[in-house]
Amino acid sequence: MFDLILKIALIAISLATLCLVYRLVKGPSMQDRIIALDTIGINLIAIVALTSIVLDTYAFLEAILLLGILAFIGTIAFAKFLEKGEIIERERDL
Amino acid sequence: MRKNDLILQTVTKVAVFIILLFSVSIFFGGHYSPGGGFVGGLMTSAAIVLLLLAYDIKTVAGILPFDYKIVLAVGLFIAAGTVASSIFFDLPLMTHAYRYFDLPLLGHTSLHSAVLFDLGVYLVVVGVTMTIIQTIGDDDE
Repeated sequence: MFDLILKIALIAISLATLCLVYRLVKGPSMQDRIIALDTIGINLIAIVALTSIVLDTYAFLEAILLLGILAFIGTIAFAKFLEKGEIIERERDL
Repeated sequence: MRKNDLILQTVTKVAVFIILLFSVSIFFGGHYSPGGGFVGGLMTSAAIVLLLLAYDIKTVAGILPFDYKIVLAVGLFIAAGTVASSIFFDLPLMTHAYRYFDLPLLGHTSLHSAVLFDLGVYLVVVGVTMTIIQTIGDDDE
């Protein structure tokens, strides 16, 4: 029973990721693509978590936190590039 | 119109400490669980990159006054020294040793010399990543 639920959840998240891939390819503006990439990262976290339940192991828990941090930093870098044109400034003009 | 990054900077102030703590935990847990010097070093440089994104190179150089090329060299020196030090005990290269110590706060703990090698790897990874990012990310000059 529990296996069935896990499989249904994995399939649902895979379908959601597929819809996000559609938005990634189609997305009219750059911002849509960045949001789609960020959400794909979060769906990947869910897939890793469900897979670690299926495989009955604790070995992937670090990967979950790692993916969260990397998705966060990557999205911020993209957003800053779109807003300012440069990612790392030499000196802030205050 | 000047943009104002108040939300990003406030989130960064909290998130950087969580990421640094996670990197230290991954570094010290490398013997028994997934992780180790490489991922720990990458996570530490991710924290520094987050600081660089929220602030600028000059501010971060004020917070963390390291020359990352020297960090790299120190890491290589520690790793090579750990590898070479087994010569002095008439053992082959890269022979590691461990012993149990009774530490005041941590109790009965096993200390392994592979951690020193891992510390070298950690410092090399941080140094290389930050040197690459600062060299490429710089705008001019």
